[in-house]
Amino acid sequence: MYKIFRFYFSDLIRSRWTILYTLFYLLLTTGLLLLSPNISKVIISLMNVILFLVPLVASMLGILYYYNTRDFIELLLAQPLNRQNIFLGQYFSISASLGISLLAGIGIPFLFYGILSSPEIFNYLTLLVTGLFLNFIFAAIAFLLALKNENKIRAFGSTIILWLFFAVIYDGIILLLLSFFRDYPLEKFTLGASLLNPIDLSRIMILLQLDIAALMGFTGAVFSKFFGSGFGIAISLSSLALWILIPLWRINRISLKKDF
Amino acid sequence: MRVFTFLFLIFLLAFAERNPAYAATIVVEPNSSQHPIQLAINQANAGDTILIKKGTYFVANILVHKRVTIRGINNPVIDGNGETEIFTVSSDGVIIEGLHIQNTGISYLEDRAGIRLKQNSHCIIRNNKLVNTFFGIYLEKSTDATIENNLITGNAIEENASGNAIHCWYSKRLSIRHNQTIKHRDGIYFEFVDNSNIAENESKDNLRYGLHFMFSNDNNYFQNSFSNNGAGVAVMFSKCINMWENRFYSNWGRASYGLLLKEITDTDISNNLFRENTIGIYVEGSSRIDYHHNEFVRNGWAIKMSGGCLDNHVLLNNFSGNSFSLSALASSTNSNTFSHNFWSDYNGYDLDKDNIGDIPHRPMKLFDQVVQKTPEALVLLRSLFIDLLNFSERVSPIFTPENICDFHPWITPVQNAVEL
Amino acid sequence: MINIKNLHKSFGTNHVLNGIDLDFTRHGITAILGPNGSGKTTLIKSILGMVIPDSGSIRFMGESIKNKYAYRNHIGYLPQIARFPENLKPTELFQLLGNLKNTRPNLDNLIDRFNLGQHLNTRLGKLSGGTRQKINLLQAFGFDSPVIILDEPTAGLDPVSVIELKKLMREEEARGKIILLTTHIISFVEDMAEEMVFLLDGHIHFRGDKEALLNKYKQTNLEPAIADILRANAAPAQAIS
Repeated sequence: MYKIFRFYFSDLIRSRWTILYTLFYLLLTTGLLLLSPNISKVIISLMNVILFLVPLVASMLGILYYYNTRDFIELLLAQPLNRQNIFLGQYFSISASLGISLLAGIGIPFLFYGILSSPEIFNYLTLLVTGLFLNFIFAAIAFLLALKNENKIRAFGSTIILWLFFAVIYDGIILLLLSFFRDYPLEKFTLGASLLNPIDLSRIMILLQLDIAALMGFTGAVFSKFFGSGFGIAISLSSLALWILIPLWRINRISLKKDF
Repeated sequence: MRVFTFLFLIFLLAFAERNPAYAATIVVEPNSSQHPIQLAINQANAGDTILIKKGTYFVANILVHKRVTIRGINNPVIDGNGETEIFTVSSDGVIIEGLHIQNTGISYLEDRAGIRLKQNSHCIIRNNKLVNTFFGIYLEKSTDATIENNLITGNAIEENASGNAIHCWYSKRLSIRHNQTIKHRDGIYFEFVDNSNIAENESKDNLRYGLHFMFSNDNNYFQNSFSNNGAGVAVMFSKCINMWENRFYSNWGRASYGLLLKEITDTDISNNLFRENTIGIYVEGSSRIDYHHNEFVRNGWAIKMSGGCLDNHVLLNNFSGNSFSLSALASSTNSNTFSHNFWSDYNGYDLDKDNIGDIPHRPMKLFDQVVQKTPEALVLLRSLFIDLLNFSERVSPIFTPENICDFHPWITPVQNAVEL
Repeated sequence: MINIKNLHKSFGTNHVLNGIDLDFTRHGITAILGPNGSGKTTLIKSILGMVIPDSGSIRFMGESIKNKYAYRNHIGYLPQIARFPENLKPTELFQLLGNLKNTRPNLDNLIDRFNLGQHLNTRLGKLSGGTRQKINLLQAFGFDSPVIILDEPTAGLDPVSVIELKKLMREEEARGKIILLTTHIISFVEDMAEEMVFLLDGHIHFRGDKEALLNKYKQTNLEPAIADILRANAAPAQAIS
């Protein structure tokens, strides 16, 4: 797997897309740092971008890369190596290269700004970690969809719909349900529903840093247990990890059975 | 001759009373008798000093009924064995200092205190440590008292089984300065207390309030810090309370706030820091209040105004990184104004470079109203969907009150507010 | 070396391979022919393990290839479409393949013959289709594999390179290689292949050398002979494609 990973990775790291993507984050972050009076506002603005853009870009470029290398995969399949290694190697190379773009694009300006000695360092780290998680999650989902669909357009379509669903529609549905069933105890439902959506989960990870004061205003015992004392962070992190592991497990299964 | 002798004695006594040089000093040591401290007080004359040497004294209730100074040397421990109030001071002008007072035990029948000042005046309680006292220092109809530099640590677990660290009732002209009040029900409690100053105290980890005013008028409190209390400071049914340069932080919880104002009038709240409280200031039925040069940082709600608030003026404050800047009822805000504040979520611009945003800022978000009706929706905070919702509401306000608006939002943070 | 027994494969309701029995044991060049959709590619991909058969067995050097991959070390494969990761250089590609096969490729001779010297350090994405096909040939022939499978080897090649390819195939044949070939260029088959396998509807319609095929259909050239086969089976062949 490592050989495949290294090979694809060195392809990707020289790719125009990677460079553009890195530049985009570099410019965005530098711009925000220069224009905005305080760093927590920059972090909040970046959070919106990350929750919105990282899943979209990771899934789009993930799927694009799969179809771009579709023919080459056939050559690899004829080589003496395990099938899973090809796909896992490719998945990790695309998500790692996108992850590095994110890390460099958001990291370098903040390093120059002196984030390491800033009290906002934890908020910033949370932002980076959730960004990376989202990147790996949505690349995995996209890869899975690409493997399942020989039809490029269909794969793209379903990825975009999935992204739209997780990024916007899902929260709208939750809000609707919450307002319809206002009179019922909904805390478990709300919390559970948020744990099922990786974008919501990442957002909650950031909320736990930025808005803990507001979150502690909840009356419910479920909430206060969740948001207090690291329990929420542990649950969210493991949930995010599952969002990577389950698609990977599916990728593994499908790659074993699929005809090319 | 007899008359002469009598006059001389009177003179001598009078002199001894007035001049410390002639006051006696009584030294108390552990195990010198059954109740050495009470005995010393009983033997002392007004104006005498009782020096208590280092050691542990298990005592019954000590009645201080003479004007004496009780001074500990190297923090002697006065222990109530968990059974009794320790000092009950009924004389004027008593000074108690340098003691380590502990273990009154909890009583549901009487308000046991480490030190009680009762119907007296001009007492000074300073440099003491009070540990595990049910009530720490209890002032009951005491005037002109000074409570200074004490460390009062309790072990409160339940509200109804705990007392206040500094409890003041029907008192006047108190000075409460530089104390630490920790883990009681309330850190400092004022009921019917007027014309007093509370300064430089640190009140933390108390179950209910860091500082609590009831029916107390014309008081100032400044440069105190209130953290991790059930709620920071509650000011209720009082008027003319000035609050300057205090720090309210990390008061988290379901009904928790940095500062609660309930039925308060004519008050100035300035140069305070409110950081990471569930609610920075919760205002209910309060009028003629000026909030200026305060710093609101990362609170859940910076200011929440409930019904019946008139003439609240929010001017020249900094609001940065609060989950919600403001929550207010439409009907209650007719005469309330918001002006020249800095809002970190302001999205306008300043083309004429006068440091005042060219378009007004509406600090109330639609989402706040959603959360008021459906609290669970709070987990959707900062989600893209909610941002879209807020955005569309901002473009054409339908649900949020029109009149809650800062027409002159500051572009950069207001200077000289308070040091972070 | 390769033994295929009773191989079945369908994609949905489409039965692509219907009980194929085949052996490739002698060295030499075998062309696998058939109309579109006759199962040529599926057969080749089954041998390479890219398509997983529904039933039947494939043995390579006596061992079943099911769930195995090491046997592919002995196969050089030329995929139909020569597309490689765009930002890498041919040398990096060869490095990877050498790593995977645990062999150092012997390329110098081939590089000279196909005139690829100046392209070895150009990004693959910038190379022309013909050049990429030459790179493709290099990787298929460069590892001295006993079995070489070529899928449309002439695609995009200029005539000079085609001549060179033919020479190369002859040489490899002479060195005892088993070469499987699919192509639509009948003249190429006519020139190169001694043996043909003609697939139709997932069956082996014909297997034998060129003379046998020509005799069977009483033709002197391969092209009309093949056309005869197709005409005779027009209906099902069309139904498939």
